[in-house]
Amino acid sequence: MDKEIAIKVDNVVKRFGNRTILNGISLEVYKGETFVIMGGSGCGKSTLLRHMIGAIRPDLGKISLLGRDITCLNEDDMDKIKKRIGMSFQGSALFDSMTVGENVALPLREHTKLEESVINIVVKMKLELVGLRGFEDLMPSQLSGGMKKRVGLARAIVMDPEIVFYDEPTAGLDPIVAGVIDKLILDLSQKLSITSVVVTHDMGSVFRIADRIAMLYEGRVVELGTKEEIKNSKNGMIRQFITGDPDGPIKFFQQKDDYLEQLTK
Amino acid sequence: MIAIIEGIGRTVIGTTRHIKSVAGLFFNTIFWIVVGPFKGKFVKRRSIFEQMVFMGVKSIIITFFVALFTGIVIAMQSAYQLSKLGATIYVAAMVSVSMARELGPVLTALVVAGRVGAAITAELGTMKVSEQIEALETIALNPVRFLVVPRFLGLLIMLPCLTVFSDIVGIVGGFLVGVYNLNLNPYRYMDVSFEFMVWKDVWTGILKSVSFAIIISMIGCYMGLNTKGGAEGVGKSTTVSVVTSFILIILFDCVLTGIFYFSNI
Repeated sequence: MDKEIAIKVDNVVKRFGNRTILNGISLEVYKGETFVIMGGSGCGKSTLLRHMIGAIRPDLGKISLLGRDITCLNEDDMDKIKKRIGMSFQGSALFDSMTVGENVALPLREHTKLEESVINIVVKMKLELVGLRGFEDLMPSQLSGGMKKRVGLARAIVMDPEIVFYDEPTAGLDPIVAGVIDKLILDLSQKLSITSVVVTHDMGSVFRIADRIAMLYEGRVVELGTKEEIKNSKNGMIRQFITGDPDGPIKFFQQKDDYLEQLTK
Repeated sequence: MIAIIEGIGRTVIGTTRHIKSVAGLFFNTIFWIVVGPFKGKFVKRRSIFEQMVFMGVKSIIITFFVALFTGIVIAMQSAYQLSKLGATIYVAAMVSVSMARELGPVLTALVVAGRVGAAITAELGTMKVSEQIEALETIALNPVRFLVVPRFLGLLIMLPCLTVFSDIVGIVGGFLVGVYNLNLNPYRYMDVSFEFMVWKDVWTGILKSVSFAIIISMIGCYMGLNTKGGAEGVGKSTTVSVVTSFILIILFDCVLTGIFYFSNI
């Protein structure tokens, strides 16, 4: 089956100082699917996500988003692309000088010429989608973490984007709210055929929402496949990641002899 | 020895990079003010007015007290000297000229740097560390246009206003001493005040305050937008912002006074 490609990451390398964060990553995300990037903390998954939204430019390699190479676009063209994507941040990133309603309305107010009454309706509709209708006039500081995250999600989808990026959407939430957010991501991709890219290490959430999964380790894609393929993978790293085993190919502790040396140094 | 040279080299390189970046931010700000409207990207008038209220109107009380007491102190100090010559009437000229040329602009700028500069850095710094700046960029809103320009314009308008206000209040302070303590004729006092104060004294003072406004807003925004590392980072940036603004204000005051003194404009 020939699928349309929404995002194409081609051999991307990124270094910060001496540390290589991304070490030649290539992957494709198809239109309409939910693509999950998983991996341990510090494996470069958030950095990869920031490359995909054009916040960071790679040292090497190409990234194309909706058919445009975003590694060499000027600001105006990049802005046009940005209006077609949405991003839900790990810490929700709501503007705390604005009310919930103003936060959600901001992209509409800045980028469209819609009447204020229309904007109000759209804002209410998006807040209803995340189950927070009636919270328009509260300030972000009055909300709980889960509610903030849902407002952030409403803001991400207010412009009806074609791709939504999620940075750890369920981290730090109770299982029920996490389930609600997972269902929301699924609904958006199934009902509105939005492409979703989710960065997470919440394994329960991964297998609920993913169509395809890429596992990152030390800046490389170690395995990429459908949910079933990953579930039944024989790859030791993936097995270890799913079961949460402290011993395995992914080393958490340094070598033992090293430890003695460092202690007595 | 080599370590010292290395240290000096590192400091020089670091400082040059900072100067370059601040200059870049300044040109970027000017670009959005001048070119932005032609591209249909206006700066919200409402946010400029909000900044003007915060920076200007709410600084009136502190500026009032600082200027009033400064006026009183200059009057008393100069009376102490001038009374030996039997020329206490010239207290009036002393107060009005030194307020307009020097103390009005500088003291107001220092007060505002402490109050407003710190607030700018703390606010933008908090936005930076909580991903809000990144969120702005993802919804295709340029942080310079959206955050820096209103603060820059707000201060550029309000600091000269506050300076003129503080000149007047300082003269009133001197007047109180002159009339109620030195028993000078109030009409004569006002007459001498304005007889010795020429137009140049006023406009050089205002020009100084314009350059101080640029310093405070640019340093404040730059430090804020370059904040790293959570709450501690915000604290550090704020301190550095205020200290740098203070030093630059005094430095530029010295340079500008020199220019006005040696060039007979």
